[in-house]
Amino acid sequence: MNFDFKYMFEIIPELLTYVAVTLYIAIASMIIAVIIAIFLSLILVNRIPVLHQLALIYISFFRGTPPLVQLLMIYFGLPQLLPSFNSITAMTAAILAFSLNVSAYLAEIFRAGLESVDKGQAEAALTTGMTYPQALRSIILPQAARNAIPATGNTFLGLLKNTSLAFTIGVTELLAQGKLLATATLHFFEAYMAVALIYWGLTALYSWLQSWYEKKISKAYVREV
Amino acid sequence: MIKVSNLKKSYKNNPVLKDISFHVDEGEVVAIIGPSGSGKSTLLRCLNFLEKPNEGHIEIGGVSVDTTKAAKKEIHQLRLQTSMVFQHYNLFKNLTALKNVAHPLRVTKKLDKKKAEEIGRRLLEQVGLSNKADHYPISLSGGQQQRVGIARALAVNPNAILFDEPTSSLDPEWVGEVLRVISGIADKDKTMIIVTHEMNFAREVADRVIFMDDGLIVEQGTPEEVFDYPANDRTKKFLRDYQRQITGKTDNKNEKFAIV
Repeated sequence: MNFDFKYMFEIIPELLTYVAVTLYIAIASMIIAVIIAIFLSLILVNRIPVLHQLALIYISFFRGTPPLVQLLMIYFGLPQLLPSFNSITAMTAAILAFSLNVSAYLAEIFRAGLESVDKGQAEAALTTGMTYPQALRSIILPQAARNAIPATGNTFLGLLKNTSLAFTIGVTELLAQGKLLATATLHFFEAYMAVALIYWGLTALYSWLQSWYEKKISKAYVREV
Repeated sequence: MIKVSNLKKSYKNNPVLKDISFHVDEGEVVAIIGPSGSGKSTLLRCLNFLEKPNEGHIEIGGVSVDTTKAAKKEIHQLRLQTSMVFQHYNLFKNLTALKNVAHPLRVTKKLDKKKAEEIGRRLLEQVGLSNKADHYPISLSGGQQQRVGIARALAVNPNAILFDEPTSSLDPEWVGEVLRVISGIADKDKTMIIVTHEMNFAREVADRVIFMDDGLIVEQGTPEEVFDYPANDRTKKFLRDYQRQITGKTDNKNEKFAIV
C-alpha cells in the first residue's frame, strides 16, 4: 500500500491555517441566517398575510435546490442581472449564498420551536399586562430557542461542511488548500484525508460544545430530586 | 366595577355567547356555574380580550371598551384592569416561582429587581410557598403551581381577578389547598369572578352566583337563592345532575341542593 502517513501529518499544520477561512464563512453565514430566520419564523407563526406566502416560496426554493447551484447563481448570475453586484468577491458571494440557504432551514426549525411553547404562557403574559413583544422577548423566545438548539446545531454542522463548496468559485479555504497540496505532490489520498480529519475534528469539537451547552440551559426543565 | 352589556361571541357560525349583560360591584365575589360548553370560560376570556367578542360593551375599573371597534391601545388598557388564574396554571416555564411573580412587575410597572422580588416573596408567603421561591415550575406539584399562578395574578394588583376553573385540572388531593388560598383572597375584599365546577366552594365563597347555560345567563342570585331555591328548570336540572354525580342520589323530597 502506498500511503505516506508522515506526509499526511506534516501538512496538517499548514492546512489548519485555512480553518480560519472556513470558520469565518460558516460563522458569518450562520449569524446572518439566524437573523433572517427569526423574521421568517415570526411571519410564519403569526400568519402575516402576503409575507406568509412569500416566506413559504422562499423557504421552498432554498431548501429545494442544491446549495452549489445557489452559490453559482449568486456569484456568476447576480452580476449579470444587477450590475451593482459586478464587484462582488467570491467570499461575499459564498457568505450570501450560505446565509440564504441556511436561513430557509432555520426558519422551519424556529417556527417549530416557537410553536412548541404552549399558547397559554403567552396568554398569561398578556393578562399580567405585558405586551406581545415583551412576552416574546422574555418568555417565549428563550424557550423556543432552547427547543430549537439541537436542530439548529445540526444545521450548523451541515453548513460547516458545505463551506467547502466555496472552493468551486475560487475561495481558498480548507478544501481548496488541500487540493492545491494534493495536485502539487500527487499525494491525493493523504491530502484529502488530512482535510477530512480536520473537518471531522471541527464537527466533533462543535458537537461536544453543544451538548455541554444543552445540559447547562436545560436546568429549568429538569425536575430536582 | 365591572359592567358588561350585550356581549356576543360566536366561532364561525356557532354562537357561544348570545347576549350577556351583568355587573360586578367593587369587592364582590361572583361565581359563574353551568354545564360544560355553556360559555362560562369564553365569557371570562372575553373580559380580557383573550377572545375577541363580536359585539357588546365592556367596562372595567373606569376603562370602557366598545368591543366592535376596540383599538390595540384600548385592549391593553382593559387588560391592565384584571389578571387571570388559568385552569392549566400557564406558569412561565423558563422562570422560577419567584420570577414568575416578580418578572411581570419589572416589565409592566418598571420596578427594579429588588422591589419586584420583595413583592414576589411577600405574595409567595401569602400563598404558603416561601420555601419554593427558587424552584422552577416543573419541580412543583399542580397545587403549588396553581398557588404561584394566584400569587402572579395578585402581584400586578389589578382591579379584579378572573379565575378560569382554577381547580379543574388538579388532582383531588391538591384542590383543598388552592381553594383555601382563593377563599383567603376573597376575604380581603378583592373583586373576583370565578368560573368553577366546585359547587360547595361557590356557595361558600361567592356573594353572588350566576348560572349560565347555552350562551345565556339563565339565573343569578345569592348562593342560597340559586342553590336552595332555584327558579329556573335548567338550573334545577343542572344542580340535580351535579348532586347525583357527587353523592349518587338526589333529595327529591324538597328539591333542595344542600351539597355536603
